[in-house]
Amino acid sequence: MTVAAHKAEDIAPGQDVLDAAREQVLERGVGLSEQQVLAVLRLGDDRIQELLALAHDVRMRWCGPEVEVEGIVSVKTGGCPEDCHFCSQSGRFPTPVRAAWLDIPGLVEAARQTAETGATEFCIVAAVRGPDKRLMSQVREGIRAIEDAGIDIQIACSLGMLTQDQVNELVEMGVHRYNHNLETARSHFPEVVTTHSWEERWETLRMVREAGMEVCCGGIVGMGETEEQRAEFAVQLAELGPHEVPMNFLIPQPGTPYEDYEVVDGKDALRIVAAFRLAMPRTMLRFAGGRELTLGDLGAEQGMLGGINAIIVGNYLTNLGRPASRDLEMLDELSMPIKALNDTL
Amino acid sequence: MPDRYCAWCGHPESEGEHATCRRRLASIDPPRYCPECARRMVVQVTPSGWTARCSRHGESASAPSVG
Repeated sequence: MTVAAHKAEDIAPGQDVLDAAREQVLERGVGLSEQQVLAVLRLGDDRIQELLALAHDVRMRWCGPEVEVEGIVSVKTGGCPEDCHFCSQSGRFPTPVRAAWLDIPGLVEAARQTAETGATEFCIVAAVRGPDKRLMSQVREGIRAIEDAGIDIQIACSLGMLTQDQVNELVEMGVHRYNHNLETARSHFPEVVTTHSWEERWETLRMVREAGMEVCCGGIVGMGETEEQRAEFAVQLAELGPHEVPMNFLIPQPGTPYEDYEVVDGKDALRIVAAFRLAMPRTMLRFAGGRELTLGDLGAEQGMLGGINAIIVGNYLTNLGRPASRDLEMLDELSMPIKALNDTL
Repeated sequence: MPDRYCAWCGHPESEGEHATCRRRLASIDPPRYCPECARRMVVQVTPSGWTARCSRHGESASAPSVG
């Protein structure tokens, strides 16, 4: 595996990073370098509104006004053998989450609930290192049942690390997008996960892309990473070039090593959203878990006007989100149209 | 025997401080412990709700979503 160094765009002496970003990102569509992202993350509170406005302009110019809406569900909860320190589903930590499997009728109902919101994406998620035959069979049966029920929605999956045969099998099932988060900067990953490597995750992403599935890859901020590592992560994602980047903010989960971590400050979260948009002008940037704690209702709106162009509605895997209706009302009030299914095919 | 247990932390409602528990339950967390006996429940979160099953006291569910 190789991760090429991101092309360095220098900030000229005395040049303001937002002035540079206007010319480089807004006009030319070239993402910020690591050094530039770091400069954005260090902007003072008095520059946040200017930053968000620029990130919004970049999103509108290179992605357009549509917002992609997605729902997710966990088909296999808890009991995971991995030790991702943020995760309540790891079997290695004394968390209150017990193992559970969602049956096929439950999966179909979850897809129906998601489609009724106007979402075009439904992601089937399992807490595993990688799928075994039982899980692959469950996913195959579930996708078939969703199709047989006439639910018009695109299926994505997030089943951990894959073999080439499993990648091929998912393509054959009609899975059009695969989520596998790198979670954090390569330099910080060993502090977050010790049971597998960042490079192993990258390898799954490589196979997914080569097989023709869309790559969905993001992470979680607030896991003890430095500002420098946030900038590093942004350019590593840009290097990967995923179709979609889900942005999560840490929800401290009881029983995990991160249970006492502070929630990310709202202003920092907005700076991060905008900085990631400026690093990846053409990528779908999705609000995912943790925004309810970190940003609240007002902050969510500011994020939508600061570079975000996709959103998970409803509940998450083990945590609850805002009711989908509130997010849809927010999009309506912001005059942001929901991306139609026809636009995604 | 306590009368009720906190559905978030599993400790007796009558002991200690549960403001954080209530805040989390009101915003981002489903119940994880049975309020009757403090057993950990099997919880399934779905896009519009949750179910929680206690091996002794049966299943509870979120209120039907509106809209």
